[in-house]
Amino acid sequence: MNSLIPLLVAAPLAGAALLLLGGRALDRFGHWLGTLAAAASFGLGLVLFSQMLGRPTEERPVVEFLYSWIPVNGFQADVAFQLDQLSMTFVLLITGVGTLIHVYSVGYMAHDERRRRFFGYLNLFLAAMLLLVLADNYLLLYVGWEGVGLASYLLIGFWQHKPSAATAAKKAFIVNRVGDMGLSIAIMLMFVEFGSFTFGPVFGAADDASEGKLTAIALMLLLAACGKSAQVPLQSWLGDAMEGPTPVSALIHAATMVTAGVYLIVRSADIFNLAPDAQLVVTVVGAVTLLFGAIVGCAKDDIKKALAGSTMSQIGYMVLAAGLGPIGYVFAIMHLVTHGFFKAGLFLGAGSVMHGMNDEVNMRHYGGLRKYMPVTFVTFGLGYLAIIGFPGLSGFFSKDKIIEAAFAKGGTEGWILGLCALVGAAVTAFYMTRVMMMTFFGEKRWQPDPETGEEPHPHESPKVMTLPMVVLAVGSVCAGALFTYGDAFLKWLEPVTGFEEGHPPIPAAVVTGLTTVCMLAGVGLAYAMYGRSRIPVTPPVGSPLTRAARRDLLQDDFNHAVLVRPGSALAATLVWFDIRGLDGFVNGLAATIGGVSARLRRVQTGFVRTYALSMFGGTLVLVATTLLMRSV
Amino acid sequence: MNPVNYLYLSALLFTIGASGVLIRRNAIVLFMCVELMLNASNLALVTFSRMHGNLDGQIIAFFTMVVAAAEVVVGLAIIVSIFRTRHTASVDDSNLMKL
Repeated sequence: MNSLIPLLVAAPLAGAALLLLGGRALDRFGHWLGTLAAAASFGLGLVLFSQMLGRPTEERPVVEFLYSWIPVNGFQADVAFQLDQLSMTFVLLITGVGTLIHVYSVGYMAHDERRRRFFGYLNLFLAAMLLLVLADNYLLLYVGWEGVGLASYLLIGFWQHKPSAATAAKKAFIVNRVGDMGLSIAIMLMFVEFGSFTFGPVFGAADDASEGKLTAIALMLLLAACGKSAQVPLQSWLGDAMEGPTPVSALIHAATMVTAGVYLIVRSADIFNLAPDAQLVVTVVGAVTLLFGAIVGCAKDDIKKALAGSTMSQIGYMVLAAGLGPIGYVFAIMHLVTHGFFKAGLFLGAGSVMHGMNDEVNMRHYGGLRKYMPVTFVTFGLGYLAIIGFPGLSGFFSKDKIIEAAFAKGGTEGWILGLCALVGAAVTAFYMTRVMMMTFFGEKRWQPDPETGEEPHPHESPKVMTLPMVVLAVGSVCAGALFTYGDAFLKWLEPVTGFEEGHPPIPAAVVTGLTTVCMLAGVGLAYAMYGRSRIPVTPPVGSPLTRAARRDLLQDDFNHAVLVRPGSALAATLVWFDIRGLDGFVNGLAATIGGVSARLRRVQTGFVRTYALSMFGGTLVLVATTLLMRSV
Repeated sequence: MNPVNYLYLSALLFTIGASGVLIRRNAIVLFMCVELMLNASNLALVTFSRMHGNLDGQIIAFFTMVVAAAEVVVGLAIIVSIFRTRHTASVDDSNLMKL
């Protein structure tokens, strides 16, 4: 019995409860309370990590039964936590990066009167995500999954007085709903097929199940992952989610939420390994998304939306790697961790820039900021070098491994996937260089605030904001080398995810060289386009591709045409049928009866003699009938 | 004399009474026509009694007379009360029982 594991979830959950129910009394120090809860969780994570390192490899995973949640005959749902190397990695990433983002938010949200509530939501987010990665069965995972969805909804729409933020929150929630449906169907299929949804029994029984059923389960899990991880075709919410405060974007993109999909796929490795068709779909989704996100990132002028496209693209790399099977799982998680560092750093840097520039997000109104915000510039720059895969920095190691693994899949698919990943690396370098150039280099293109007419006075952010950025920058630089040194990360995760050495058709060194060349080409092109020439303040019209990419490659138009329009038409048809068909029948019946009655009423004239006549008539008919019947 | 002739007479009287009920408006005349019809049917009953050789028809005829007498008492009372309130004995004027 190791009583520390439930405390991991309990600490931020208690923080959230306290902050959300505590009322105004907590306004003065509530933010530090929230940060403390996150830090406590991180501290516990470190303790558990050192304990785990102290055990031999085969004893590292622990399962802790907390209580029986739904004890019914034949349906046993427990609240039980499983802490193995994979969960441990996530716990450290979530709580570590999460704590840094909490600290940063203390400064970033300093002037927001609802700061206490904001920290309550942040804590809720961490608690839900920790529950997700610590659950030892799919049902409990689903609870965390929904909790993450709820927290993201609350945080994206935190500035709910802006209609765009409220809409973005609803969009994120609804698009996620589609993925959640996939997860719930997958859980039901599992229960029908294996009679359980606990990880151990399900994975143990997976060998005996038919491939068709496993493929169905795997595809449903993929749908769930697509929703949470913003993969094509459920990617549309991610760009709009930028409406939330910037620390939220950092949290969603680096530590929580979008990583959940990758976790789900890697956690369900035993199912995916037995369903090669589903794995192929996973790789295709990953490859398409990594190019999709990268292209969108190239065209956006909003710094946060450019970074959002970048996240989509990098998660695409992870999903691609996760779809490659045992040759890719470890690298998917490795890229996830390194991405957690540099993407969090980049977002916090973007927030710092916005903080100094009157909340301006348009990069065409930036320029030349490196002199005014040196710390932000250096930390952002290190994150930039890490994400484009500059040799020696973290992104280089993890992304290079994924590209190698993609080639190593073998056959035509291997070539296609590998080339996609290579092109993606070049485009990544291009759009990130573009962001760098437009923000920190070139001449000033600052614009006065359209409402107050106030000129921006860029300044470095306070220490409480820059400190997390520095820590994350150090992480972005060192993480890769640390993980690769002596294959440390590989040996750490291998017992959980399994590992097979991939054999690319071309030597690994050549792949590395090609990746670096692609990266340099991207940087060079972007430098030529944005570093050397002046950047117009109003965006040029651009090619059709640029215009499409500015509109997120028409994803919303597509959704509108394919889903919203037919949906509205269906609803309109049903309404018409309801009004004309059902109501029409009922109302018609009533009107007919009413009309006939109104005519029948005329018979009641009130004249006695008319009644007498009808009596005579009736008698006559009766007599006639009687006589007629007799004679027959 | 052939008893069937009484039946013809009865039918003739009944028809006259019925036509009177339908055609005339005065409540008193109407009443007299109703009496005519009742007596026509009494005549038919008595005739049938005679023809079939049993007394059932005659007994029913007595009942009819008793009922007719009672009906006249009630009916005349109603007519008088209507005449008092509406100053007319025309049945067409008493047409309030309609929507």
